[in-house]
Amino acid sequence: MARLRDLAKKPSPLTSGHRACSGCAFPQIARQVLLAADTPVVVVIATGCMEVATTIFPYTAWNVPWMHCAFENAASTLSGIEAAYRALKRRGVIDREIRFVAFGGDGGTYDIGLQALSGALERGHRLLYVCYDNQAYMNTGIQRSGATPRYAHTTTSPAGNVIPGKLQWRKDLTEIVVAHDIPYVAQSTPAHWNDLITKVQKALAVDGPSFINVLQPCRLGWTFEADMAIELARLAADTCIWPLYEVVNGEYRLTYRPKEKKPVEEWLKLQRRFRHLFTEKNRHLIDEIQAEVDRRWERLLKKCGLA
Amino acid sequence: MVEKTKELMALTGNEAAAYAMKQINPDVVAAYPITPQTELMQTFAQYVADGLVDTELVTVESEHSAMSACVGAAAAGARTMTATSSQGLALMWEVLYIASGLRLPIVMSVVNRALSAPINIHGDHSDAMGARDAGWIQLWSENAQEVYDNVLQAMRIAEEVFLPVMVNYDGFIISHGVEVVETFSDDVVQAFVGERKSPYKLLDVDHPITVGALDLQDYYMEHKRSQAEAMRTAMPTILKVAEEFAEISGRKYGAIEQYRLDDAELAIVALGSSCGTAKDAIDELREEGIKAGLLKIRVFRPFPWEEIKSALAGKKAIAVMDRAEGMSGVGGPVFHEIRSCLYDLPQRPPIVNYIYGLGGRDVDVADIKKVFRDLLPIASAGKVEDFYRYLGVRE
Repeated sequence: MARLRDLAKKPSPLTSGHRACSGCAFPQIARQVLLAADTPVVVVIATGCMEVATTIFPYTAWNVPWMHCAFENAASTLSGIEAAYRALKRRGVIDREIRFVAFGGDGGTYDIGLQALSGALERGHRLLYVCYDNQAYMNTGIQRSGATPRYAHTTTSPAGNVIPGKLQWRKDLTEIVVAHDIPYVAQSTPAHWNDLITKVQKALAVDGPSFINVLQPCRLGWTFEADMAIELARLAADTCIWPLYEVVNGEYRLTYRPKEKKPVEEWLKLQRRFRHLFTEKNRHLIDEIQAEVDRRWERLLKKCGLA
Repeated sequence: MVEKTKELMALTGNEAAAYAMKQINPDVVAAYPITPQTELMQTFAQYVADGLVDTELVTVESEHSAMSACVGAAAAGARTMTATSSQGLALMWEVLYIASGLRLPIVMSVVNRALSAPINIHGDHSDAMGARDAGWIQLWSENAQEVYDNVLQAMRIAEEVFLPVMVNYDGFIISHGVEVVETFSDDVVQAFVGERKSPYKLLDVDHPITVGALDLQDYYMEHKRSQAEAMRTAMPTILKVAEEFAEISGRKYGAIEQYRLDDAELAIVALGSSCGTAKDAIDELREEGIKAGLLKIRVFRPFPWEEIKSALAGKKAIAVMDRAEGMSGVGGPVFHEIRSCLYDLPQRPPIVNYIYGLGGRDVDVADIKKVFRDLLPIASAGKVEDFYRYLGVRE
């Protein structure tokens, strides 16, 4: 259980003055994740919005050791750093505890970086991989990814006269990671700061790989007002389109159950990427989305022993 | 009692590379198996399993991840090594440039093998020649002894000039051929390679650094310029390390090796195992009174421009052997660079290119002798008509 009073006293790992969009939720995710650590951390970020927005030579917004290598290899790059740490610690060159955190967007994690992530998890490196899932390739201009929800408009799955946005359901990466049978897997959002920080603390405490998938509402790609990111993250949990749960050594546990499960429409209607669904012709597609959200939610409840 | 510091061992090229790695005892090795490099990795994995090294062996799921993990480890401050071949090197392509651009001293054995398609597992130089612009120093080896010697020197060179180094040797011909290799004792190797000193490292958490920042129009070019300068000025270090190596081994290495080249009228230029074949061919031709000689390239990156120019000045005809097809339509990669560096000579010798040995196609003494015999009429005429040729191919 983190206390804001204590967190506020810690030096910020990420300074202000970076160039993220106004209303971007990533800086909050990065701060919540890194403030949760009690030991020094080394951070690797995949190519993407946050790499571009937080560094531009000769400036950096990072107060922690930080590295960017390429798009698809944050997990393998961090494995090398973690291996170096093990080797140098064994040789007595380093004597302190250091933790290792990778951040990758959904493009760099669900899609192009999935192999590197899977390999790093299987090898058992002691590292935490945080996916900041904003549900499309936002850095290159809102192209569809494996994480883009069905019927979302993106620039490569545009809503047109014939095709109503992306036709495929999103890949459930968290479940793919669970299948690796690693000690700790979770989903969270920056709106649920205590949930996220507690999960990070649990993840960093396990002697092995851990993974947290964090929904990151993207103002530009989802298209909403600049002050709505946290609200959209909260609504994602309340509509159960993004459930908050954790899987500890294979045991599922729901960490947040909304008192009242809101219709997914409430989440959709605040985002212009779903605007085309709110027409007479397409309204039934919202029902389809609702049915899928319900199906996945029920399945999760069963896994958590709550159904 | 005299301490034994040298030992003769029967080793394949792969075992020689693995043994050199064992004696260097790097902090991190991240590698993925691929024919014909596999034996190297297996041998090294056994050293790890037997507790003979302190290395953290990262058995990654691809070569892309192998090089990525090496980049991470080297940036963290660890002494880092790897090895690959062919498709593996091709898969690393993106990260090769990151390793050199971030000035990380990684040493990689490249067991040279043909590139697909068509798929072929045998030795040629297509892989490393494709990576010649990647900012890596390239050392080339003629036999297993040179593999061992080059790996040891590569570690020193990399860490002194802050550039990654590839040690190349021909797949199967060198990698799987058993030869007698003179090795040092571990303490001699340790004294030679010393400790890695890294001015910046990610694991120095009290002094956080940002590695791999976005670098736009206002700085990218200066960073590339300084990287190019590091490559341009690497040669003195390569030669200094070779001198120090000669002191402990008695074996002298340079950027190039000249074999009976001084008084030669006909010269061939080659790299890799064919140089050994060429030396035999030259000896036989000399018996016949043909003044043949060899210029062997050991350091291909940085390119030994002046050394090659002065070594080939005054030759009556030159054949450049390319074990890779550059697909330029006008000859292979080594040919173009040799031909270019001879441009400033007051009298430019006629020069031809032979593409040979692709996909492991055998090249024997008779083949090399044929090349020299082809040079005879070119030398008499003082000019060459068809400079782009193939050796040992069915047309």
